[in-house]
Amino acid sequence: MARLVWFVLILSLYLLHQDLWLWRQARPLVFGFLPVGLAYHAAYCVAVTALMWMLTRMAWPAELDEPAPHVPSAAAPEAAAAVRRGPPR
Amino acid sequence: MIPALIVFGYLAVIIYVGVFAWRGQHGSRGAALPEEYFLAGRSLGPAVFLLSLFGTNMTAFTILGSAGHAFANGIVTFGLMASSSALVIPLTLFFIGTRLWALGKRHGFITPVQMFRDRWECGHIGTLIFAVQAALLVPYIIIGVMGGGTALRAISGGLVPYWFGGAVVALVVMSYVFFGGMRGTALVNAFQTVLFLSFGAVALVVIGRGLGGFGAAMESLLASPSTAPLLTRERVSPLFFLSYTFIPLSTIAFPHIAIFCLTARRLVHFKRTVLFYPLCILAIWLPCVFLGVAANAMSDTPRIAAKLEARQQLGAAPALMSAEDRAALRRQAAGDDVVPIMLEQFAPVWLAGLLGAGIMAAVMASDSQILALSTMFAEDVFAFYGGTGRFGAGVQVQTGRAFVVVLTLAAYAIALGAPQSIFDLAVQYAFSGYAALSPLLVAALFWRRSTKWGALAVALWVIVAVIYTARVPGALAWLGLMPVVPMTLVSCALMVGVSLLTRAPSPATLARYGW
Repeated sequence: MARLVWFVLILSLYLLHQDLWLWRQARPLVFGFLPVGLAYHAAYCVAVTALMWMLTRMAWPAELDEPAPHVPSAAAPEAAAAVRRGPPR
Repeated sequence: MIPALIVFGYLAVIIYVGVFAWRGQHGSRGAALPEEYFLAGRSLGPAVFLLSLFGTNMTAFTILGSAGHAFANGIVTFGLMASSSALVIPLTLFFIGTRLWALGKRHGFITPVQMFRDRWECGHIGTLIFAVQAALLVPYIIIGVMGGGTALRAISGGLVPYWFGGAVVALVVMSYVFFGGMRGTALVNAFQTVLFLSFGAVALVVIGRGLGGFGAAMESLLASPSTAPLLTRERVSPLFFLSYTFIPLSTIAFPHIAIFCLTARRLVHFKRTVLFYPLCILAIWLPCVFLGVAANAMSDTPRIAAKLEARQQLGAAPALMSAEDRAALRRQAAGDDVVPIMLEQFAPVWLAGLLGAGIMAAVMASDSQILALSTMFAEDVFAFYGGTGRFGAGVQVQTGRAFVVVLTLAAYAIALGAPQSIFDLAVQYAFSGYAALSPLLVAALFWRRSTKWGALAVALWVIVAVIYTARVPGALAWLGLMPVVPMTLVSCALMVGVSLLTRAPSPATLARYGW
């Protein structure tokens, strides 16, 4: 369920990047000089920051920081050898 | 000449920062020599990690090219390149970068190809992936040297010749990469990012005052039918705008970025990076894009008036105009130097010097790419095919250093002779190529059923697609989308289809990846 919520949130933000409703207009000039299309995308960057804040707070993959259970590489000799020491013979 | 002197002073500082990193390198942190040289011992702190990761992704295009693109195309530049990157890049760092870091920490990976080889139990397919990644990276390195020569010549008003400027840049980059390795490169990139961030805000304030306020400049653009469209996106198709969001997928697939992800001391350092990355993009891109658009209001400045005139002639160009005349008009209309022109008009000498240093910083982003290629060669070729086993880890590091020298000298030699336009084009295709390679990382990290044959299919497809789109104008530009979209979607389809038809890796290997 949580994954679905994040997926919908991220997809929504991605779709909001396509601001068709501001496509052909320059006004209003935000703060008196920023065309509205440019101001929108500047605000979009701030919105992305908010999304990343939520992700780091609520969906941080902390389990990646934990040591993984040991799996003997002898069970897959080709894989272990291939990483650093050369191609399998 | 004073700005050029400031730039030379900046280059001296950079050499000191980079070489300073060399002093603490020789096993003092208890890390093996290759890990210390190529990955800074996986010990970069949060601030350096954020600033250097961001800085390594910034190039001369960020300051000069973005303004030039905005000068010609308007505000669309920011949405096309900046805000899309602000979303996609932090998300890829969050989902992919963190996992890459964890695997690197657990299994000792130094390059993405090592992870691919282990994950998919392959050897020579990994070598092919290395070759594709390396081939796509080379144009960036050459562009960096070319940009250095061009920038120093422009900053000095022609006093510093191109060959000398290129040599200076090549030598400076080679020095701190050779001695400092990843730690030196990271420190330099962090310093450069601080420079970028400072420059944008200062330039905006100074130039705004000189123009008499940006509000007046924007109103003057809106008042003219020829410039009003620059403040909207009416000249760009929404499908083209959408397809540009695929380009930032290339970032995580760049080997120097993927390798950078392995350098963080702790996983939690990624938090600050993904949080502030969109704000860093905003802080650098918004001023540059806005200044590029505002430059259109400076029709009283002769050099900008000439560009506007050339653009007008191009727009009204008769069908019989020769290709050479069109090319000459395009060169005259090009806006990559509008920010230096604006600073020359309104800014004090010290700010022009700061800009020059910022430009050099952006241009020298090739340092990370040179180091990445050196790391990849030392690990994915030299070590993999028995070099380390035969000669030892110390020789491996020296091989990496020697590769830095050879690569930089070769890039300089090519930069002296070849026209830049070739490499500008190559870089464009490289973006699409790397984006099309990104499914390799996603499949390796998130799909247990992916296989080495799927990876091989993706690598071969990317080779064919990049060559095809480079040689055939308009190739793969389906339905008004950029070629990057079909290239990436076909990569995904190949990874899935070929993997499902071939044998999965062994259960023991999958267990090491959490399956």
